[in-house]
Amino acid sequence: MSIAATQKRGFGAFLWDYLTTVDHKKIAHLYLFGGGFFFLLGGIEALFIRIQLIKPENDFLSAGLYNEMITMHGTTMIFLAAMPLFLGLMNAIMPLQIGARDVAFPFLNSLGFWLFMFGGILLNCSWFLGGAPDAGWTSYAPLSIQSPGHGVDFYTLGLQISGAGTLMGGINFLVTIVTMRAPGMTYMRMPLFTWTTFVTSVLILFAFPALTVGLFLLMFDRMFDSAFFDVALGGNTVIWQHLFWIFGHPEVYILILPAFGLFSDIFSTFSKKRLFGYTAMVFATILIAFLGFMVWAHHMFTVGLGPVANSIFAIATMAIAVPTGIKIFNWLATMWGGSITINSAMLWALGFIPSFTIGGMTGVMLASAVADYQYHDTYFVVAHFHYVIVGGSVFGILAGIHYWYPKMFGRILHEGMGKAAFWIFLIGFNLTFFIQHFLGLMGMPRRYWVFLEDQGLDTGNLISTIGAFLMGVAVIILLINIIYTAVKGEKAPADPWDGRTLEWAIPSPPPFYNFKQTPLTRGLDPLWIEKTEGKGKMTPAEPLGDIHMPDGSILPFIMSLGFFVAGFGFIYQVDHSAWLLAVFAGIGTALICMLIRSLKDYHGYHIKKEDLEREAD
Amino acid sequence: MKGMGKTKALFLLSFLAIVLAGCGKENLTALVPKGTGAETSMNLILLSTLVMVFVFVVVIVVYVIALVRFRKKKGQENYIPKQVEGNKTLETIWTVIPIILVLILAVPTVAATFELADMSKSGDGVNIEVTGNQYWWHFNYKGEEIQTSQDLYIPTGEKVYLNMISSDVIHSLWIPSISGKMDVNPENVNKMYIEAKEEGVYWGKCAELCGPSHSLMDFKVVAVSPEEFDKWVSDMQDVDPKAQPQDAVAQEGKDLFEEKSCMGCHAIGSSPAAVGPNLTDFGNRSKIAGFLEPNEENLVKWIMDPESIKPGNKMTGNYPAVSEEEAKKISAYLMQLKPSDITPESAGK
Repeated sequence: MSIAATQKRGFGAFLWDYLTTVDHKKIAHLYLFGGGFFFLLGGIEALFIRIQLIKPENDFLSAGLYNEMITMHGTTMIFLAAMPLFLGLMNAIMPLQIGARDVAFPFLNSLGFWLFMFGGILLNCSWFLGGAPDAGWTSYAPLSIQSPGHGVDFYTLGLQISGAGTLMGGINFLVTIVTMRAPGMTYMRMPLFTWTTFVTSVLILFAFPALTVGLFLLMFDRMFDSAFFDVALGGNTVIWQHLFWIFGHPEVYILILPAFGLFSDIFSTFSKKRLFGYTAMVFATILIAFLGFMVWAHHMFTVGLGPVANSIFAIATMAIAVPTGIKIFNWLATMWGGSITINSAMLWALGFIPSFTIGGMTGVMLASAVADYQYHDTYFVVAHFHYVIVGGSVFGILAGIHYWYPKMFGRILHEGMGKAAFWIFLIGFNLTFFIQHFLGLMGMPRRYWVFLEDQGLDTGNLISTIGAFLMGVAVIILLINIIYTAVKGEKAPADPWDGRTLEWAIPSPPPFYNFKQTPLTRGLDPLWIEKTEGKGKMTPAEPLGDIHMPDGSILPFIMSLGFFVAGFGFIYQVDHSAWLLAVFAGIGTALICMLIRSLKDYHGYHIKKEDLEREAD
Repeated sequence: MKGMGKTKALFLLSFLAIVLAGCGKENLTALVPKGTGAETSMNLILLSTLVMVFVFVVVIVVYVIALVRFRKKKGQENYIPKQVEGNKTLETIWTVIPIILVLILAVPTVAATFELADMSKSGDGVNIEVTGNQYWWHFNYKGEEIQTSQDLYIPTGEKVYLNMISSDVIHSLWIPSISGKMDVNPENVNKMYIEAKEEGVYWGKCAELCGPSHSLMDFKVVAVSPEEFDKWVSDMQDVDPKAQPQDAVAQEGKDLFEEKSCMGCHAIGSSPAAVGPNLTDFGNRSKIAGFLEPNEENLVKWIMDPESIKPGNKMTGNYPAVSEEEAKKISAYLMQLKPSDITPESAGK
């Protein structure tokens, strides 16, 4: 009885701790949990889609529900799963890699997470409130304007709120990397994961405003009778496509660059070699990001922009193959001559190379505008972006989780289950998506609720569905692995992989202040340098002293809750003006929280030097 | 040895069968092009596939060799490889070669893009105004006073110019075996040309999500010889929308067609009003609603409850209830609307 009582109290305290935390490591846990939850949700939606397409003219889902399913699968996976999972990994690791004690704005970090979470929940509430958005994750106007019910309203408000959170995360990481690098950690000594976090944050900073603007226009058209996309009143629907893809294409790189970064770290660690062509890798990353803003219209080759625009965007798109190719070959050269360890983290990285190469190659094929007239909006495109986003981003997230699990949670994931999940996922993934290249060219457009009998599409779709279920099995194994590890997993040492970068220089999981003394960096792969040429551990850059820590705060949670309530108000004030009260209450709550935050001094607290001395190394 | 040869031949044959079956259904698949646009696209698809397979093979060879040769060996647990920073020559090579490969692909891409966008000769060819609607297609033959819906008749061997606009949301017109797709926007006329190299009935699809029945917005391109096309044009121009059907049931159907206000949306004849599909040559249609076999059963089902066939269509609820008996009569009337001998069957050789 007494145990149950302590556990109960323990859980309350645990919950309060996570609701108020501003510690980047705990916020990382929250991101991983939230992103993981939405990843499972998006996965279930994917399985529903594949069940519907298991045979021709199936009636498992109705036409309207199917459109809701594809819309929510795409939106969830991109905005609520892949991106937050990366933000989680960045939060957990990037400050450690640069030798910082936290991010630059811990409060903002927490706010960013809670906005994302409440935005995601708001979007998914639509399932229970008359139907989810059904105009595709791209939500093209005028279909999205004409969509009945409140589905698309949930899309605009949900994404607006979670997008604000992401934007905050991006700004926060930028400032952190610019201002909080430990002594000696120059830009050109930063690990590639930190570099890609930096570049990704720049992309977020510049790409998300385009989405914000687009969503506002859509919201105003739907709720306040404006006519940005209403052709009858002189509006223009192609503008939405431009705005969406000016955001949407960089978004693809927001999803892939962090994976590039962590794969670079993983290849280097498990080959026991420094990254081959580090400088080229950094500049290739920057170049990909820059070009990423110049190619959005390759999503619009069939819109009728004319041969000049199509040609320019085709060539700009093809150009991206060059820096991407540099990366692939540099990874291969990193392994070449190394001493390669293959464990589950490395397996995901190794699986990434052929998968992503296929995705990249079909990307170049799609860039050829006239060929794209055939590929566009067919299963060829579906296959292509799943090879990139699953084969690149999801493999990256899973590699990162296996690689940094010891650092984040203090335990090592079970190797056997890790490997089993990898192989089953890899087979399932290729079964699902490889055949879709051909389905597309054989005349199957994407977003088709049913395909007809006797069109030669049956076998391919059946294989695809079988593959999807294999991926589902692999995810279940991963979940079992996580639960098993939490209960019986092997405790992790500080440096389980013979690591090279700063995160491996401190205990697993790290103490809440990260570094007792800020480390001195003497070159690329600082820990490796100390291991091979120094004392085996980092030299402190400062004497042991008091550490100033920020206070936790419940305000970010309450503020986000306020926006969540206001979101509902905006959605339903169209039906009844009484809902404006919810808008005022929600926004008012958020404003009061901001006022409190601005007027009240938060002094934080100090960890005393004496207490630090008592802690073992 | 002989046995081996046989097995080999069998293997090759079955492989060939798989490949051919893998190309999909003829006149639907883009992999067996039968039109100018589809051929141009296919050439680029093949070229880019070739280049990319080359790249993939190189990557995989290096990858496999690296994995086999440099995997950590037993007894070398403490071996520390040489820490190589990079290699200027190698890095230059794998920067320059991709640039060359991209150029190989870029030049024909640009050429083809301009070639397919060339509308300078549109004045000489057949011009058709295409309207995309949820979830059907309307075709207005410019200067010919001919309206059709769902079945698009074109002559083989010449460029047919499509001037496309949407009446509601964005659609995308795609005839995979004939030509790549182009969006049909509500705000501007998009122009493209199609050219069928041989006669046939080709599947057309909508390729931009346009609502619940997006996947059912199929249409057919009926490509006939130029002589047959001319015959079809004159037949269609001679249609008398007032013509009385021969048999009594169809006559009753015609009366019901007027009574049940079907005429409010569905024109018979060359009236350009097109709220619903034009039914002038309905009896010759290759499909009902774009994808169902053209028989009485399907048509009756459609007339009585279109929602069960195409969810979200604009016909549902816009006409008085029709009994099964009445639907059969209307069906009899519509099925005998055969203004021309040139039918989808004529395109079948």
